Amino acid sequence: MTSTGAVVKKPGSTRNTKTGSWRTFKPIIDMDKCIDCENCYLFCPEGCINKEYEIDYDYCKGCGICATECPVKAVKMERE
Amino acid sequence: MVLKIATANRAVAEAAKLSNVNVIPVYPITPATSIAEYLAKFVADGEMDAEYVRVESEHSAMSVAIGASSTGARVFTATSSQGLALMHEVLFIAAGMRAPIVMANANRALSAPLSIWNDQQDSISERDSGWIQIYAENAQEALDFVIQSYRITEHPEVLLPAMVCLDGFILTHTVEPVDVPEKEVVSDFVSTYKPANAILDPENPMSIGTFTDPNYYMEARHDMYNAMINSKNIIRNVNKEFGEIFGREYDFVENYRCDDAEIIIVAMGSVCGTVKDVIDEIRREGEKVGLLKLRVFRPFPTDEINAVVKNADKIAVLDKNVSFDIGGALYNEIKAKLDVDAYGFIIGLGGRDVTPEHIRKIVKETKKPEKDVQWIGLREEEI
Amino acid sequence: MIEIRFHGRGGQGAVTAAEILAKAAFQDGKYSQAFPFFGVERRGAPVLAFSRIDDKPIRQRYQVYEPNYVIVQDDGLLKVVDVFSGLKKRGKVILNTKNSVEVKEEYDVYKIDATGIALDILGVPIVNTVMLGAFAAATGEVSLDSIIKIIKETFPGKIGEKNAEAAKIAYNQIKG
Repeated sequence: MTSTGAVVKKPGSTRNTKTGSWRTFKPIIDMDKCIDCENCYLFCPEGCINKEYEIDYDYCKGCGICATECPVKAVKMERE
Repeated sequence: MVLKIATANRAVAEAAKLSNVNVIPVYPITPATSIAEYLAKFVADGEMDAEYVRVESEHSAMSVAIGASSTGARVFTATSSQGLALMHEVLFIAAGMRAPIVMANANRALSAPLSIWNDQQDSISERDSGWIQIYAENAQEALDFVIQSYRITEHPEVLLPAMVCLDGFILTHTVEPVDVPEKEVVSDFVSTYKPANAILDPENPMSIGTFTDPNYYMEARHDMYNAMINSKNIIRNVNKEFGEIFGREYDFVENYRCDDAEIIIVAMGSVCGTVKDVIDEIRREGEKVGLLKLRVFRPFPTDEINAVVKNADKIAVLDKNVSFDIGGALYNEIKAKLDVDAYGFIIGLGGRDVTPEHIRKIVKETKKPEKDVQWIGLREEEI
Repeated sequence: MIEIRFHGRGGQGAVTAAEILAKAAFQDGKYSQAFPFFGVERRGAPVLAFSRIDDKPIRQRYQVYEPNYVIVQDDGLLKVVDVFSGLKKRGKVILNTKNSVEVKEEYDVYKIDATGIALDILGVPIVNTVMLGAFAAATGEVSLDSIIKIIKETFPGKIGEKNAEAAKIAYNQIKG
């Protein structure tokens, strides 16, 4: 037994859990419609959308908040 | 009688409803939360004529319970683990003020490390609070023991609160068939609480919860000690009457195939079901093994245990709790009170699943014991 | 004794499914038990639930390690968990998948697009009742009537009706 106090000494355990596999629906951004308002970037609870509107599908859980918040309906949720 | 399929939490809530409880001060905590939720629903739907008091912590829940009980109300609450630990000081006050409160405790491990899963460290750690403690093997027992507890706690010769312990998740969140008795029959059985002592009655004023100097404190504690001893007779009578009315007989202990057993396992709570199945298997292989299920932990039924285990060669005591350096609480009490060749096994802490292989290992280790206390089911690899 | 293990994700209703199955088996006149194994209680995280069905009262209290049947509510779990772990020889697997996933040959695998059915009928990707319809058809261990009765009790009103319809569609699809 090496884990006195059940401490985790190796960092990165959260990053190893690729929560992207939890998705039923996947967000797809239509850049032709996008007005660069940054709503999806701001509202994403997982920090999975960057300012270039690239989506990190390794960790995106498919919650769909980006699609709901997009004022011009540029984000479509497609079934995986 | 209505056979329902329900979780033990549901069964416990039904029992409180059937027992005509007047006041329910309760604070939610996993895995006891759904007891509070069912009761809230019963009250909101008008199925229960009770005062449901939402409080800000378990400490307050037990404080309100004492206050309500002191007005002569019948009180029920439920908690678990850290919630029970937070109640710690108030548990002693409830018992010391001789308030006949009944509480369900969903047994769960104590932090740290943080765990929401089952073991019995929480209630065992309140062993000396002056509460009667009864452990349920299944949802049916959880329901029956809550009903029985009102008759025991409110008896003038007892007046100590009672804790009905049910294993978290393993019972609280398992659905299984439960016989829910008829309302009228339970109402007759539990009757109404007629408080004579420690009651806030304007017609008959008395001071309760007083400051006690060294001239009186010890006598008050001695009264409690005697009340716990007296409770044995009351529990015995309530068991008998309950059996006659409801058709389910309970005793302080359950003797499962112990009469000719060379090795007897002693355990409390839900693990007893698994142990019984394993004993049936082992007996088919020709070995004489039995189970003594301890139902009542406080008062401690020394004579009843001794009557069952005295002829066995060896005793294996299972504890879902640990007192560091000396093993589980039940093991130590058996060693202290009985002249038997007993060995202690720590099992199932923090939700570690107790499998038939573990029980078989315990039987094997008891035959040729290497240590007084062993931990069963530890991971073998480094973590 | 029949033992069933449910693999799902938080929010897909695996725990409720195990309970509905136990209640339906009880409705059919059997003894039954259902319980969850809670891991991290978060939407989307892998969860386990178990049911046992028998002709006599069930006393045992440990998890199901050697199931007769496995219900997999999300094919994404195949990559994360060994859903076949301990599955009895010739055991049956009911798998929610839209795609043709490769699965080991020694098991009878019943594939169903439960997410598709749930989205069509319920409008949300909650597949538990759909999977129970498929389970009833694939195994015959529980009657569709009882499953539907308990679904309607569990979800009163219109939601119950729709869930019952979804279970029935799955049942008929597996029966072919």
